[in-house]
Amino acid sequence: MLRDTLFTINQEERATREGFGEGLVSAGENSKVVALCADLTDSVKMDAFKEKYHDRFFEVGITEQAMSGLASGMARMGYIPFMASYAMFSPGRNWEQIRTTIAYNNVPVKIVGAHSGVSVGPDGATHQALEDIALMRLLPNMEVFVPCDAVEAKAITEYIATTDKPSYIRLAREKSPLMLPENYSWNNGKAYIMQTSKHKHGGEFAYNVGVIGCGPILFESLKAMKELEKEGIGVTVINMPQVKPLDTAFLLRFAKDIKGIVTVEEHQTTGGLGSAIADFYAENHPMRVVRVGIEDRFGQSGKPSELYEEYGLTAKHIAEKIRSVVG
Amino acid sequence: MHSLTDVEVQALTLRAEDIRESIIKMLVEAGSGHTAGPLGMADIFTALYFRILNHTPRHPEWVQRDRVILSNGHIVPVLYATMAHAGYFSVTELKTLRRFGSRLQGHPHRESLPGLETSSGPLGCGLSQAIGMALMDRLENHKPDRYFYCLMGDGEINEGQVWESFLLLNKYKLTKVIPIIDRNTIQIDGFTEDVLPLESLKDKLEAFNFHVIEIDGHNFRDIVRAVGTAKSSLDKPTVIIAHTIPGKGVPQFEGDFRWHGKSPNADEAKIALKELRSMRGKIKNESND
Repeated sequence: MLRDTLFTINQEERATREGFGEGLVSAGENSKVVALCADLTDSVKMDAFKEKYHDRFFEVGITEQAMSGLASGMARMGYIPFMASYAMFSPGRNWEQIRTTIAYNNVPVKIVGAHSGVSVGPDGATHQALEDIALMRLLPNMEVFVPCDAVEAKAITEYIATTDKPSYIRLAREKSPLMLPENYSWNNGKAYIMQTSKHKHGGEFAYNVGVIGCGPILFESLKAMKELEKEGIGVTVINMPQVKPLDTAFLLRFAKDIKGIVTVEEHQTTGGLGSAIADFYAENHPMRVVRVGIEDRFGQSGKPSELYEEYGLTAKHIAEKIRSVVG
Repeated sequence: MHSLTDVEVQALTLRAEDIRESIIKMLVEAGSGHTAGPLGMADIFTALYFRILNHTPRHPEWVQRDRVILSNGHIVPVLYATMAHAGYFSVTELKTLRRFGSRLQGHPHRESLPGLETSSGPLGCGLSQAIGMALMDRLENHKPDRYFYCLMGDGEINEGQVWESFLLLNKYKLTKVIPIIDRNTIQIDGFTEDVLPLESLKDKLEAFNFHVIEIDGHNFRDIVRAVGTAKSSLDKPTVIIAHTIPGKGVPQFEGDFRWHGKSPNADEAKIALKELRSMRGKIKNESND
């Protein structure tokens, strides 16, 4: 499932927002796809769409609330609007407009939230969306997607351009390793195993822990898995790129063989993917679920690596959480 | 096209009276809901649905239809009543307003009732949706010929989103969008000029580079003429400020902001219906009730 170049000297890096930009251009082959942006066109990578499909691109200025209404009206006319800003502003500022005119109206507006997570870095807490998955996951009709790399971001963008549901796609600013192969194809939001620990003598691990995550932070999970192989702790890393609706069939099937679950995301531990998974297992297959994420704090300025360290998001931190499940 | 004969005015007047009666009856049946705004806007909705709109009540999703985007969703009783009288659904269904399982939700829900263009209630959302629709209409080179009427309250202009929308309407110069502002001067906490002054609203809108037409929102000739003028304005969008009397038709309700957000009880409704009947020259027999 993983890209050949991953963990090699040839490892490639791109930001998920770049994958989105490419996906939007290819989705634009459908003349019903239109795009709106709130004064951040280059930053959210809508520039290529703007250039190629100039008449279908709408620069709306810094009007996240009105942008939601425009997109809703466009969808009501039979179009597929992608509306983009930083996640902090959309869906951060315009949540009620999204609730009433997009989700309750049940129209296929595609909300693109860029610059999510602490990895936004130097801009600081005001620009680091850590609550957006929760905001969107709570809304009926809304589907929520978090690509793990640029390859998946492109695939998800192309996919949601074909659905008739309101959708939210969460993007990151920073470049991150390409984990999926170029020929990766989107499988309808199904969760999938990225990698499982290999026992060095071909035997069985005493313990097997499932690490379920979304977004670029899955790379840290893969590193944690490798670290724990040496300690005899088996880990299976799972990508759950669609947070809502959850692939509950996978969760049930997977639960049978494992000791416990560690969830990983660059989001508040409350309300995001970890919460969704903990909720599901509590009701359907009670077992230990430990969440890695930001623990009820705001972000701050710094380099992404410094912030990952400060907020407990590195491979080392994830490995500690995994040990706590087996210990 | 833009002028009405006396007979046409009389027919619209009678139609508006029927709609006002329906509003009172459905509100008293529901036991809650807004009274003043719906009564005040009855003439404008009547003019739209019985004179101005290009629409087919039996085929509410007809692609060529003009769109009515109700932004201040709380006045939806007037929209429901007008739609029922226009033939979108049965007048008897009006009595289900706000009931469990009803298609007539307390604030409009698009998916519940064919003929609603959008869901609304939280204020300030409508104009931006009308702009989005009209942008797509422009993308299709305005074929077929359609107009996008956005019905707005004056109180809701407090909302920042409305001003964002004014900026965008000016940017895109969408002359097919025709906002009609119900300038009834009341909102829940009192008179608009006490709660958060809007005046001079006309000057503000003209500063946004719109044509602004002020009309008597109870004068059918004014309403129809203003819409005609708006349609013929091709250089910049036209905004219609319709001066209306909240609670219009029932003297006890008229101009009193306390009737903004409540419904009449049975006794009050009886008086209200009597007033409405006397206004149309006691045509109706009181024993019919």
